[in-house]
Amino acid sequence: MAHDVQHYNLDQKFDFTASTKKLVFTVLGIGAAILLLGIVLAMFGGGHHEATEAEGHAFHWYERLYANIWINNVYFTGIAIIGVFFFAIQYASQAGWSTAILRVMLSLGNWLPIAGVLMIVTFFVANHDLFHWTHAYLFDKASPEYDSIIDGKGSFFYWPMAKGTFPIFYIFRMVLFFGFWVFFFKKFQQFTYNEDIIGGTSSWYKIRSWSAFFLIFFAVSSSIAAWDWVMSIDTHWFSTLFGWYVFSSWFVAGLSTITLITIFLKSKGLLEMVNENHVHDLGKFIFGFTIFWAYLWFSQFLLIYYANIPEETVYFVERLSSDIYGPYIFVNLALNFVLPFLLLMTRDSKRHGVFLKLVCALIIAGHWVDFFLMVQPGTLGHNGGVGFMEVGMFLIYGAAFTFVVLSGLAKGNLVPKNHPMLEESYHHHI
Amino acid sequence: MERDIHFVTGVYEDEDVLLQAITQVRSSGIKIHEVYSPYPVHGIDDYLGYKRSKLPIAAFLFGLLGITLALTMQFYMMGFDWPMIIGGKDNAPLPSFIPVTFEITVLLASFGMVGVFMVSTNLKPWAQPRIFDLRITDDKHVMAIDIANNSAMELAKIEEILKSSGASEVNKKSFE
Repeated sequence: MAHDVQHYNLDQKFDFTASTKKLVFTVLGIGAAILLLGIVLAMFGGGHHEATEAEGHAFHWYERLYANIWINNVYFTGIAIIGVFFFAIQYASQAGWSTAILRVMLSLGNWLPIAGVLMIVTFFVANHDLFHWTHAYLFDKASPEYDSIIDGKGSFFYWPMAKGTFPIFYIFRMVLFFGFWVFFFKKFQQFTYNEDIIGGTSSWYKIRSWSAFFLIFFAVSSSIAAWDWVMSIDTHWFSTLFGWYVFSSWFVAGLSTITLITIFLKSKGLLEMVNENHVHDLGKFIFGFTIFWAYLWFSQFLLIYYANIPEETVYFVERLSSDIYGPYIFVNLALNFVLPFLLLMTRDSKRHGVFLKLVCALIIAGHWVDFFLMVQPGTLGHNGGVGFMEVGMFLIYGAAFTFVVLSGLAKGNLVPKNHPMLEESYHHHI
Repeated sequence: MERDIHFVTGVYEDEDVLLQAITQVRSSGIKIHEVYSPYPVHGIDDYLGYKRSKLPIAAFLFGLLGITLALTMQFYMMGFDWPMIIGGKDNAPLPSFIPVTFEITVLLASFGMVGVFMVSTNLKPWAQPRIFDLRITDDKHVMAIDIANNSAMELAKIEEILKSSGASEVNKKSFE
């Protein structure tokens, strides 16, 4: 029994080879082609949806494009920040088992700066098409379309400026969250890669302190981000556990991404220290938080269903009684709860075999459906649905995300070789 | 008197010696009845060659039983036996049944698992525990070997192997 990890090549780096890059760009190209097909179909074939709603504005194909960009903005931002969050959790809880895969978690954060820019640009380009509350007439008491409920919530977006002008508070929060998330990500990155050079335990202690601050900030910011970016689409409606619900959705998808990258790296012969025990733990995390997600989804649903208050039930009426979105509610539950729950129940399925990979893929697709169901009914109404545009945009974002994350991962050593708990991770056995 | 002796026990002082001894004793062809230690020894299952517990299967089956019972009970009571309209819902609203179903599933799965565990590990309240050596509750590891299971080997040979594997004492132990 070897009592040290020194016989492994700890300076191993991930080589983002041309063939892997080609594969990623192929997916990107396929996605772009499908998206283009979807746009062309929507431009010339979408005429049969007459604008009959009371609001009365004609539907344009680009609204669906914006909604799709928004779904993926929110979704992939979530996966990226969960990488940083899970990294911070490992330090705050002083976990040793995960040391060998710490850099995989952190690498997801590479997407964050791009996600921030995309989010802000999309908001300015598409604000009226995505967010009902951006219309100035809602806050104008003289207007026939004055909305007292939205007027009551207006300060949350516009403070300190007049309601209906420029949503400075909203933009401020968006910049603040992305600013701090990227700041913490860069800090973690700087400390952990510096540890490779200087050794010792000082880096570990520093990251632990920064992790504590990050976790406090993230606890608040993730919830508010969910209200801002997702819940405000259905401006009248609110749910007090929406922040957790979005967080749990992000968390399961993020864990699946971490697991898939870990398995991918192992299949390339890297991360030799990581064995089925580590993968088993990741599988348990996915299994557990799959149930957590279902618990929150159902908690939100059951209370609204049981109390039966019209202003609350509207959210589910819009979805369940719709021909377009109704079926996806059940697809959502099947992909994100029933299948992972049954497939990951046994020990072997979490340790080896194709089940874990399959479940991770199902979950990553499934939580996209979850966000699709949060965003599209409120923005597009009966003009939405899963079509070429949705599939294409998801593939584009997925490929771009993969490219950015893997490029970031390739920059440094895969394993933090001077981490004080590397030994513990090597001996991890369950 | 010789016939009353059923077990040979090897007493070990140290965890690492014990783990090495298990490998050595097993490779010499002796079947180990059980090893007792004052605290959980990590990885000892693998050394003893234990198969994985089937307890999760019992938990799953009891859970299934719980789901079935809970849903049957609620659908029968609320839908057929005494239909009532509560909160404007149908007589048998599935979402309202889920919390109760969840609770009964967890209850039966955990109780069933505890029950199966107690029976299968002889921890049932009326069981007579076999104490091979009182010091297993203090600071000694004890390896018990059932003589009847190792009839092919002479007693003296077994004792010799235990000694050579690092046992500080080798004793005989029989039970009523």
